[in-house]
Amino acid sequence: MSQTFTKSMARNIFYGGSLFFFLLFIALSVDTSEAIPKQNAKAIITPQVAMGKRIWEDNDCIGCHTILGEGAYFAPELGNVYKRFGNSTDAIKAFIKSRPKNGIPGRRSMPQFNFNEKQLSAIAAFLKYASEIDTNGWPPNIQG
Amino acid sequence: MKYQSQAVAKYYFIAAIALFVGQILFGLIMGLQYVMGDFLFPEIPFNVARMVHTNLLIVWLLFGFMGSAYYLVPEEAETELFSPKLALIMFWVFLAAGVLTILGYLMVPYATLADITGNSLLPTMGREFLEQPTITKIGIVVVALAFLFNIGMTALKGRKTVITLVLLIGLLGLAVFFLFSFYNPINLVKDKFYWWWVVHLWVEGVWELILGAILAFVLIKTTGVDREVIEKWLYIIIAMSLITGIIGTGHHYYWIGTPRYWQWWGSIFSAMEPIPFFMMTIFAFNMVNQRRRNHPNQAAVLWALGTSVMAFLGAGVWGFMHTLAPVNYYTHGTQITAAHGHLAFFGAYVMIVLTMISYAMPMLRGREAANSNKSQVVEMWSFWLMTVSMVFITLFLTGAGIAQVYLQRYSDTPQAFMVVQEKLATFYWMREVAGVVFLIGLITYISSFFVGGKEAEEIA
Repeated sequence: MSQTFTKSMARNIFYGGSLFFFLLFIALSVDTSEAIPKQNAKAIITPQVAMGKRIWEDNDCIGCHTILGEGAYFAPELGNVYKRFGNSTDAIKAFIKSRPKNGIPGRRSMPQFNFNEKQLSAIAAFLKYASEIDTNGWPPNIQG
Repeated sequence: MKYQSQAVAKYYFIAAIALFVGQILFGLIMGLQYVMGDFLFPEIPFNVARMVHTNLLIVWLLFGFMGSAYYLVPEEAETELFSPKLALIMFWVFLAAGVLTILGYLMVPYATLADITGNSLLPTMGREFLEQPTITKIGIVVVALAFLFNIGMTALKGRKTVITLVLLIGLLGLAVFFLFSFYNPINLVKDKFYWWWVVHLWVEGVWELILGAILAFVLIKTTGVDREVIEKWLYIIIAMSLITGIIGTGHHYYWIGTPRYWQWWGSIFSAMEPIPFFMMTIFAFNMVNQRRRNHPNQAAVLWALGTSVMAFLGAGVWGFMHTLAPVNYYTHGTQITAAHGHLAFFGAYVMIVLTMISYAMPMLRGREAANSNKSQVVEMWSFWLMTVSMVFITLFLTGAGIAQVYLQRYSDTPQAFMVVQEKLATFYWMREVAGVVFLIGLITYISSFFVGGKEAEEIA
């Protein structure tokens, strides 16, 4: 680099630029925090949804699935599974319940978690909640 | 090795390499599960293999960063480490916490682990890359604080250089942003929003400062180019990293329930994220071309040049490929993401840690400046085996990703996820073969530490 561009100029760009864009990021984040509840007014968090999210986390569902496109890419997207299963929480519960304990020979299979009825309902409620988040039109189609 | 206390770095580097081996073995298990779905089922389900694979990566890179700092800072500050004893205690604490956590993943069902570690008191588990029990997360914070204190005190009592300063800012940022892993609201949108404050602001933010500082240090040492020149480059590279990378976080906020304006902020700024990586490539090659000496450790120079190129390809080019919102609409959460993740992590962070180990380890093992020619040849073989096989892993995953996007998202008759996955089996098999070659490269790498130990160094 030429002599006219000095180290102190480079340093000032680093400090000034980083600080400016970090503050801008904070400002955008504050605005987003306020916008999230309005944008997602349809996605209502009930105590059952809260319980469902904890079960979702305690079993590391995201280690195989994606939800809103984030997670692992080994098993189907679940952000819209409620819609894919015909807007039915019962279908979700039935699927989870029916997983064979020892898997399916040669194929990927979801483990059998032995959830009770209350837990199953909570997970289904959480996935219904997820499907009601306004994702700006993602995914492109029902297959996720 | 100029200062006795730099020797603590050796512990960190050996642990890093050992955990690296574990990471690759679990990567191969997962790769096989992609095509043989019932492999090790139900003993090691995919999600367990995956958390072992990704968490081992994070932990060994942290070992690598800490070891690098313990080697680099005393030399830059021209003084002994503030407390080598504290560094050693923290080494064993971190290793024990890491190993126990991994064993926990493997020995009991994840839900049981969450239960016995009291996750319900402060739920932080079950989120991608942040699967560690809350108690482990607290342990990480303690280790990070003790480490920062030790490194910070060393820097304060000695010479203050730009490299130390940049490294410290990076490490401080690493510790600060990790604190967001303790914030886990029920609101899934907010959960995701702040989850990225750990994940993105680490790998596309402050970690780039650590990468830049280590690269600058190794280049000063191996090329003998004037410090003023290198420091100017370092400042401008990391300036571009943060100027583009902070708002670039927006490329994760397109489809998670956040406002539409992020599609503009995220697309524009993340499209510029390759710039600092491209500058890093130019920087490394320029410095090596302008070298004032031929350093006897040519393997370290190869790693340094390699990381600058592969980071640009993996983080820069493969990131750019799917970062614009209209493209990402189709590629979000597909094998394209996996392809990018592999080459970016390998090129930027795995290779910079291996660069530092390559540079420092000969001195840590009592040699003058470099390993024997014989050892370096083996090390360079491992460089090419690992780098080329990782490029192929990336290409195969990219192929799988393009096919997946078309079949599942783009065609007029979109097919179900699992139907599409079966059609991608050929790509996954080829990826697994490339993965085996990577393991051979890693074995070659480790063997380079055991050959030619008694032979003299080349006089450069």
